[in-house]
Amino acid sequence: MSAINRQNTHIIPVDFQYHQPETVGEAVKLLEAHPDAKPIAGGTDLVPKMKQRLLEPGHLVNLKRIRELQGVEDRGGEVYIGAATKLRAVERSETVQRRLPLLYSCVRSIGSVQIRNMGTLGGNVCNASPAADGALGLVALDATVQVAGPGGTRTVKAGDFFAGPGKTVLGRGELVTGFTVPVPGPDVGTCFISVGRTALDISTISIAVALRMKGGAVQEARVALGSVAPTPLRLPEVENWLKGRELDEATVREAAGMVSGGIKPITDIRGTAEYRREAARGMAMEALTRAGGLEGRSQG
Amino acid sequence: MKVTMTVNGRARTFDVEPNRLLLNLLREDLDLTGAKYGCGMGECGACTVLLDGEPVMACMTLAVDCEGATIETVEGLSSGEALHPIQEAFIEEGAVQCGFCTPGFIMATKALLGESPEPTEPEIREYLKGNICRCTGYVNIVKAVQRAAEALR
Ligand SMILES: Cc1cc2nc3c(=O)[nH]c(=O)nc-3n(C[C@H](O)[C@H](O)[C@H](O)COP(=O)(O)OP(=O)(O)OC[C@H]3O[C@@H](n4cnc5c(N)ncnc54)[C@H](O)[C@@H]3O)c2cc1C
Ligand code: FES
Ligand code: FES
Repeated sequence: MSAINRQNTHIIPVDFQYHQPETVGEAVKLLEAHPDAKPIAGGTDLVPKMKQRLLEPGHLVNLKRIRELQGVEDRGGEVYIGAATKLRAVERSETVQRRLPLLYSCVRSIGSVQIRNMGTLGGNVCNASPAADGALGLVALDATVQVAGPGGTRTVKAGDFFAGPGKTVLGRGELVTGFTVPVPGPDVGTCFISVGRTALDISTISIAVALRMKGGAVQEARVALGSVAPTPLRLPEVENWLKGRELDEATVREAAGMVSGGIKPITDIRGTAEYRREAARGMAMEALTRAGGLEGRSQG
Repeated sequence: MKVTMTVNGRARTFDVEPNRLLLNLLREDLDLTGAKYGCGMGECGACTVLLDGEPVMACMTLAVDCEGATIETVEGLSSGEALHPIQEAFIEEGAVQCGFCTPGFIMATKALLGESPEPTEPEIREYLKGNICRCTGYVNIVKAVQRAAEALR
């Protein structure tokens, strides 16, 4: 291969074998048989990485022809979303819009229409970027990740699925088949906010909050942030502190201070650590205020 | 690998390497140079084509993944010398300067107007945010989309 093609976004400068299994079982076998295989769903994370030779898999296993990985299903107390469901299909699902407004907001904020027509929810999660918006929503909603592998199936809590930037707890031959997302009750308010540099850039910082309220008091809180740590980050200290408290302006301010102190941001090209701490404070104030219904109605 | 897809209404079969991108197949094998290579990374939308009616980035789409798919490019819009109303509207409103971004914008606009025949300005801007134009400043593009919407109603 000529030098100019070592790194070239015009083409994919990597040769690989392409497999198109139609069942999860076949996909697992292929992944297990080839240690240098990668699943590919929408390819919106994988293809740019291959163009830059950050990844050079010898085999790609296409997940999009596996019917069991597709679709959104209302199961009453929970919603099931297949891993290879396109982000656009998640966003268009009435079930998601009505029952999981928080996830709807997170998914809507991803990239552009074109990206969402290609990218999948499973890809967003398995790419394991600390900035992944869909992953953040699933963490804040305490979703469960369904995994299939050579040893059968298992489940992992979304909050425990990430091992570091680009790293998940998936073992050899394993893939994600879907997500079960508990539907928050009518007493739960949620809010997602993200800040980015430009329209299409990934988030510089993002926050997703879910508050179960009774009267004016917090019964249960979930606070998760993106791009402030090596993985999407839940803040149990803040969640526990909020529990049982009357949600007023002072509480919101104190909790936002704890969020700002509780995150572990780094300085990168998208923002400095100091900026992220200050932004986190302001965003936490707004998200808690809105999720708690302190101003107007809560929203997704 | 063998792959069969319908491109602008015609069934086509190709024998491609798995790493061949849809954009290069269209531009190099079919001489459909409307879709442009801008960034190659999903960020500019110049390569936007419709895949089964939905706008996607051809620069990140594997050709082997298009088995059975229907692809529409800007070349498929006009019939003979008669331009499509969206193309007319882009010309009328001065939404074309260098024209590099135009095929991508027009294909994204086609999908938008298919979904939402009377989009508001914020809707238009939101839907087209994956398409970058370095020349026009977007104002005339938004006007062109509104004009096209009217023409198509
Ligand atoms: C221009 C641009 C803008 C973007 N903006 C955003 C944004 O605003 N927010 C955001 O969160 N993301 C953004 N992204 C990232 C990306 O589009 C999303 O993360 C998308 O959801 C990835 O899904 P995919 O199906 O394309 O993943 P792929 O690229 O197909 O896969 C990603 C990774 O996950 C693995 N994988 C995929 N599916 C599975 C599975 N079921 N089981 C196991 N492993 C699997 C693959 O092997 C690969 O390593 C952007 C990308 C681009 C190019
Ligand atoms: S060339 Fe495909 S998005 Fe820029
Ligand atoms: S007209 Fe030149 S980039 Fe849009």
